Amino acid sequence: MRKLMTGNEAAAWGVRLAEVDYVPTFPITPQTEIIEKLSQWFGTGELDCRLVMLESEHSMLTAAGTAAATGVRVFTATSSQGLLYAMEMLYTTPGWRAPFVLVNVSRGLASPITLEPDHNDVLAARDSGFLQLHAATCQEVLDLVLLAFRLGEDPAVRLPVIVNLDGFYLSFTREPVEIPASEDVRGFLPPFDGQGLHFRPGAPSAQGVAVLGGVPYSYFRYEAHLAAQAALTAFQQAAEDFDRRFKRRHSAVETYRCDDAELAFVMMGAFATKAKAAVDRLRDEGWRIGLVRPVLLRPFPEQALVEALRPMRGVAVIDQNLAPGRGGVLHGEVLATLYQAGVHTPIVAGFVGGLGGRDIVPEEFLAMARSVRAAVNAGANPPPRLLYTAEELQQTQGLQAVALGNEV
Amino acid sequence: MRETAYKSMKDLPALHLLGGGTPMCAGCGGLEVVRLFHDILGENTVFVNAAGCMTLLATYPYTPFRGSWMYTSMASAPAGAQGIRDALDVLIAKGRLSPRDDLHVVVLTGDGAANGIGLSATSGAIERGLDFYYLCYDNEGYGNTGYQTSAATPHGAATATEHRPGGVPGEKKDLFAIWVAHGPAYAGTISGDEPVDLARKLETAKARKGPKLFIAFTPCPTGWHFEPKESVHLSRLAVKTGLWALREYVDGKVRHTRPPAPAGRRPPVEEYLRLQGRFAHLFQPRRNEAVLADLQHGVDAYWEHVV
Repeated sequence: MRKLMTGNEAAAWGVRLAEVDYVPTFPITPQTEIIEKLSQWFGTGELDCRLVMLESEHSMLTAAGTAAATGVRVFTATSSQGLLYAMEMLYTTPGWRAPFVLVNVSRGLASPITLEPDHNDVLAARDSGFLQLHAATCQEVLDLVLLAFRLGEDPAVRLPVIVNLDGFYLSFTREPVEIPASEDVRGFLPPFDGQGLHFRPGAPSAQGVAVLGGVPYSYFRYEAHLAAQAALTAFQQAAEDFDRRFKRRHSAVETYRCDDAELAFVMMGAFATKAKAAVDRLRDEGWRIGLVRPVLLRPFPEQALVEALRPMRGVAVIDQNLAPGRGGVLHGEVLATLYQAGVHTPIVAGFVGGLGGRDIVPEEFLAMARSVRAAVNAGANPPPRLLYTAEELQQTQGLQAVALGNEV
Repeated sequence: MRETAYKSMKDLPALHLLGGGTPMCAGCGGLEVVRLFHDILGENTVFVNAAGCMTLLATYPYTPFRGSWMYTSMASAPAGAQGIRDALDVLIAKGRLSPRDDLHVVVLTGDGAANGIGLSATSGAIERGLDFYYLCYDNEGYGNTGYQTSAATPHGAATATEHRPGGVPGEKKDLFAIWVAHGPAYAGTISGDEPVDLARKLETAKARKGPKLFIAFTPCPTGWHFEPKESVHLSRLAVKTGLWALREYVDGKVRHTRPPAPAGRRPPVEEYLRLQGRFAHLFQPRRNEAVLADLQHGVDAYWEHVV
């Protein structure tokens, strides 16, 4: 069945098809529509699942983790400030090794406080132990939610998984989505198996206990790391099975028109579709340029990324996030990966744009492509660039004048 | 008197479901309460723990409980209890767990988390009508970190972060009153030194569905600076002086189960204070008459208003 729906509704469909048992909730823009949709279906009986409103995201993540540790399939959702409020538990719950899925609808972080998207929130979770998948279309949202359950519950993995979708641009934007049939999803996603984690009489267990000393602590941390790395293979296998059943292929790293490319954009999330459009325009003008789009961010798909970028002479990494004092996160991860693999891509340029949902217009993609091409010709890596125009500066200065009480 | 299975000490179970050899301080007043709770509720119990002294009961690879245990965080043990309770309900409703195999869910928390960082999660769980037990061992400070001032530290006490001459200027937060304002299924204050009273309260609570909340008076040799062997004596004095009110809230009413003797016939609060190093500054080098009077007055005023 094909239907026009928002990214939030697509996420809700993923939950419904996965036959989730338990959804602890807390509202925050721009994800709230997900839990409202689930609540609506619960009311009509289309969803056989328990929904509970917790009083904070920190509590919500705790309830998600303990419910999973008791042996049920769990889903939850949040964004931005909520994700950060839950951050203690984002680090804690992976160590419990009870899988569940968290959809993050990404939104720029305070300060300044805003509602529109970028990736600083979800990237703050990159070292937490959660696996991380990034959707660029509403179809991908639904598909990745199903893949996330399958991946997290894989016996070699057993870790919670974040599926990220961009606020507003995906969460509230309608795109056509193919909804798979429930019976087909059941074939892809077997019933939840606690795999030995439960609370039952006659088999008492102590979970999340303290350890004394770095030796046992290191052991359990290394185990979680190895499990996250095992997710690379597990994702590939799950994606292959998904493709067989649903005729849609998902890769850890998507490559678009890279076959004979010598230049590439590297970009994640919904804005990467703007980069695809830019690639098409540039190709029409004879450029040999493509897009490399990481879908899996944790575990970091080193091999796939290296393979995709190896032939390139120049790469523009476009980060929709900013670490003040350092630059874009993806830029650093790409550089480290290439260096470690001994791949000396001549130019890996960093660009930061799209913060708080600021648009990246076609002219800017052209400018970035030109910048990288010039750098390739000059043989020198340009310094990282922050995308902003003279008109935008004037606009902001106008706002400042008003705030300061000056006449414009 | 209500129908009860616990008429005297003889009726108390001695299953010892809580094993010995844990790294709790000698004389910890909370340990006896946890032991009684576990024995009365039985093996089919899961303790959901908030960060505090008792977190160290279970350290890998050992646990002293016959029941189960889930450590969560400092702020969110009640939310952890929510997740477990809901998951058990789902498993039972979907036929994946027999109703016979249900578990009691018990939050185990110190006063620090209960009165402060965990108050929001506690309030939320009570407001949602969660069917769970909540046991707060109140040693009147952040014990596990070395006894710093918490919202439950009484007026006049010294702590690791309170060195002013008069001790803590504020008043102990009335957590019981906060809970009662939520209208829970049950709320009670207990003491390890009054085990029959404790058992009856737990029995009353057990018969009800919903939030069943307990604060246990917990003498703390390490934080209060007294000899571990004085723990029981201190508990007795706390009740006899009227300083620790043994009360319960059930069916919409608060009643006191072990009121002290009337003013003039009950021991002065000083007798209790003198035994603890954390109140030594009220006696040496000079008596702090103002704070001592405050403390006695506080107790007298409370019981004057009790019907």
